[in-house]
Amino acid sequence: MSDRTRTRTAAETTSRTEADPMSTSSTTSSTGTPDPGGRGRDTSGTARHLALSQPRLPSWAGWLVAAVAVAAAAIICLSLGWSIAGGVVLAVVIFAVALPAWSAAVENGRAAKDRLVTTLVWSAFGLAMVPLVSLLFTVVKNGAGVIDGQFLSYSMRNVIGPGGGIYHAIIGTVLVTLAAAVISVPVGVLTAIYLVEYGVRNRTARMITFLVDVMTGIPSIVAGLFAYAVFVLFFGEGVRMGFGGSVALSLLMIPIVVRSCEEMLKLVPGDLREAAYALGVPKWRTIVKVVLPTALPGIITGITLSIARVIGETAPLLVIAGSTDSVNTDLFANRMMTLPVFIYYSFTQPGVPAEYGQQRAWGAALVLIVIVMALNLVARGLGRLFSPKSAS
Amino acid sequence: MSATTATHRPKAKQRPGDRIFSGLTRAAGLVILVALAGVAIFLTVEGAPAFSAPSDKLGGAANLLSYVAPLVFGTLLAAVLALLIATPLSLGVALVISHYAPRRLARLIGYLVDLLAAVPSIVYGLWGLAFLSVHLTPIYAWLEAHLGFIPLFAGPASATGRTILTASIVLAIMVLPIITAISREIFVQTPRLNQEAALALGATRWEMIRLAVLPYARSGIVSAVMLGLGRALGETMAVATVLSASGVVTFNLISNTNPSTIAANIALKFPDSTGLAVNALVASGLVLFVITFVVNFAARAIVNRSEVGRA
Repeated sequence: MSDRTRTRTAAETTSRTEADPMSTSSTTSSTGTPDPGGRGRDTSGTARHLALSQPRLPSWAGWLVAAVAVAAAAIICLSLGWSIAGGVVLAVVIFAVALPAWSAAVENGRAAKDRLVTTLVWSAFGLAMVPLVSLLFTVVKNGAGVIDGQFLSYSMRNVIGPGGGIYHAIIGTVLVTLAAAVISVPVGVLTAIYLVEYGVRNRTARMITFLVDVMTGIPSIVAGLFAYAVFVLFFGEGVRMGFGGSVALSLLMIPIVVRSCEEMLKLVPGDLREAAYALGVPKWRTIVKVVLPTALPGIITGITLSIARVIGETAPLLVIAGSTDSVNTDLFANRMMTLPVFIYYSFTQPGVPAEYGQQRAWGAALVLIVIVMALNLVARGLGRLFSPKSAS
Repeated sequence: MSATTATHRPKAKQRPGDRIFSGLTRAAGLVILVALAGVAIFLTVEGAPAFSAPSDKLGGAANLLSYVAPLVFGTLLAAVLALLIATPLSLGVALVISHYAPRRLARLIGYLVDLLAAVPSIVYGLWGLAFLSVHLTPIYAWLEAHLGFIPLFAGPASATGRTILTASIVLAIMVLPIITAISREIFVQTPRLNQEAALALGATRWEMIRLAVLPYARSGIVSAVMLGLGRALGETMAVATVLSASGVVTFNLISNTNPSTIAANIALKFPDSTGLAVNALVASGLVLFVITFVVNFAARAIVNRSEVGRA
């Protein structure tokens, strides 16, 4: 889009600078035969004339107004003692008023509106980025000092006050998420194969596609309650176990895996399948030996992204996995601590004195963010490395 | 001809590998349908006993309906506020990515928005509690002093900043990536010829967007907002952490007595509940499931219809 607007302005400037040669060519063609090109040149000549009569702000107008707005906001803030945030807001407001006003005075109302919208759109983007920057900054500032060898390798067993760590929570998160992946990956990949390879134009497949889409919107707390409601039938009132968390997470994970695998399987060229069929290979072997290996990098990317999505889920684990201070490596018995639940309890019930618990919460939050970002980066790296588009 | 098909057909049908494999994949698909049905069934089974629960198990409410109703109100209020904040911002960001930023920058911005979606909700809660609510406190005091005549800002302003408005702002940040991602996709799909025709007629960039892009994307924007609504309704931990809830029904956004939401109420009460109180929480979860299911169902139906119409 932006390229087009750039060429548009470029075309305007060239038409302005090459005014002389164009007018001479149109006069020469008017003496010749009346070809369709001649009409076009004539109209372009009048349009050029109109464009010339329209005054436009110079290209540096935006920068000038921005500089003035920043300077004015700085002066007002310094004299009134406002914070930097207030100053930035004031500068944007001054800019959003001054530039359209100048434009309305020199150009016309439509151009002024265009400039106003451009300012608003960009400031919406700026405003949306504020929380991201602020959040990352807050977490790194509060969490970076906490993380050391002890923090990563000790549990919270018998810890009161300083010390202790998140070892038990990391173990729990890894186990619960792995078990969730073990459940969701086969179900998700097989469903995607059914949708792409077997269920083309089939009512069941259409229904599954639609419900998978709807399923992506299931609230995570409902998934946790579902796991509780299932397990309470078998294990009785007040059941807490890590595997229940895995069931809840897989309910959230399956739709993501299905969607991404479906996209990847659709990208596999039909020629490959037909070549295999032509060699007499059965359909199931074609899928296993030809289609899946071709789509494998994309599928792995999708699975990694889905793990990154559910590894930070708190609510279902709070409900069904519970919390504990000790290391528990048995998925099928007793409470199991996980990183998100650890963050929640350390911050909201930090114990006495509160500062140590809250520090641990920030440290764990930083670890969790690093894990999620690393998974995202790995997934993106894999996706770019093996992208099927670049291969073909 | 008939001879070849006659020899070919039984061969294709009798491979056990094919039958087993296709059966496996169909079974996996059916597992998803069963799981979805199972959610509704198990929540109903586990929530049903709450209909006869005494009021001391329902936090003082006379029956299940009057227990759930204020929570539904709080859930809807927080979600609608979040959407009011997030929708204009997301559309702006989506337009920046699709129409305003140069291509390389647009890719970077898209990545930043994805980053916003990747942050776990509990970390949003932590940030909202430790940073945002503290910094919003003076603004709430100002709102009470200058706009206190509007019932929304009647106050008294919360001293901690842990209000329903703070929770809605955090929710808005969390649904922003969803609305942005979907509307960006649809903005990009706008037919190039329509846009170029508008520009060729002398439209400014904003007029081009208003005349060519937005009408084309209308149904997509509606469904994007509804999907965001689904997320905002069900979001748990951020609200549970940020909000200081007392379960009242009020439109006062900045005081320290705030309505609670279904999801946050479950997360806060579930770990310490026993007996019928658990059943009541599961029943409220069923209500939340039904609400989000309907919203998502409608949103997806709109998306599918518009896709069919376009194809």
